[in-house]
Amino acid sequence: MAAVATETPFHVLAVDDSLPDRKLIERLLKTSSFQVTTVDSGSKALEFLGIHHDSSTPISVQEDQLIYNQEVAVNLIITDYCMPGMTGYDLLKKIKESSSLRDIPVVIMSSENIPSRINRCLEEGADEFFLKPVRLSDMSKLKPHILKSRCKEHYNQQSDGKIDESSSTPTNSSSSSSSSSDNSNSRKRKAEGDAEILPKANRSRHS
Amino acid sequence: MAAAALREQLNALLSSMYASGLVDDQFQQLQMLQDDGGTPGFVAEVVTLFCDDADRIISELAALLEQPVVDFDKVDAYVHQLKGSSASVGAQKVKFTCMQFRELCQHKNRDGCIMALTLVRNEFYDLRNKFQTMLQVVPYALKGPFDFQVFTGIVKMEHMLLNLKRIACPCFLLTFV
Repeated sequence: MAAVATETPFHVLAVDDSLPDRKLIERLLKTSSFQVTTVDSGSKALEFLGIHHDSSTPISVQEDQLIYNQEVAVNLIITDYCMPGMTGYDLLKKIKESSSLRDIPVVIMSSENIPSRINRCLEEGADEFFLKPVRLSDMSKLKPHILKSRCKEHYNQQSDGKIDESSSTPTNSSSSSSSSSDNSNSRKRKAEGDAEILPKANRSRHS
Repeated sequence: MAAAALREQLNALLSSMYASGLVDDQFQQLQMLQDDGGTPGFVAEVVTLFCDDADRIISELAALLEQPVVDFDKVDAYVHQLKGSSASVGAQKVKFTCMQFRELCQHKNRDGCIMALTLVRNEFYDLRNKFQTMLQVVPYALKGPFDFQVFTGIVKMEHMLLNLKRIACPCFLLTFV
């Protein structure tokens, strides 16, 4: 069972095919007290999140981790838009299609300021759009999205009453904001009904 | 004191890089990230990664432009990459030449692209020389109190050695503990 630390930092998964950019985003995030994992492609991101492309069935990694890889609970995903193979937009779609991942906030980064691109991403469910190069001041925009999704989770769990069959984590009844390990990972799919609770991303918010 | 003189040299170098538009505000952002009491050598690391990346991309571009039939989409994709990473480290002039390059890609103008590549390469080499100098001077300039907040902390010898070798510069490094 994952320990509930009082000050567990939030864990961000950063996706970017460019090595200098990856180094930069990692540094920005760490400086802002996030725990960071970086990957260089959308497919690696999905693997890390415990999902295979072809199905949205999450794999269990260890026996005691019922459904998801609990130890790598991810609180936010930040991804570059332009990547070979799977673009950031494709990745966003996959995440939103996944019952297990769809509530993780997603931020898209792009070096190009193209309004139609920005809108498309926001409509698909991205929470924020950063224009590159990303700066330290942008990092302060991340935490609100994480906290918002936690509130949602708390609300969902309350309205569900009990957590559904597939979860084995008994401590889920109130998602303590300090624990990063019982985030979306432990939330089982009543997803369809939850979608309505998701506040629509504010479309004017892109830097 | 030699260190003080070197610090002045470093300051002068950096000032001129900013003044000439070689680097922009984003480079200052990088410096700030290093100063934030974090990982030593961050700027050195990012700059080195950028140089490696740029080198690789420039080689790819040269190869693509030599083909009998040029794949301008691929060329554009690489230039876009280089533009992105140069923007991220604050390499302003390189970024601007990339933007010009992309325009020429749109017009599928081979000769224009070859010329643009030359420009990009020249700007990149110029910048790389300055970065090399900067990275050489830093270990010495760090001796003693250091007011100009450019680099703080300890630069690990192995790391620097490895990186500097890759950007082809004479290595004479010191470790500070």
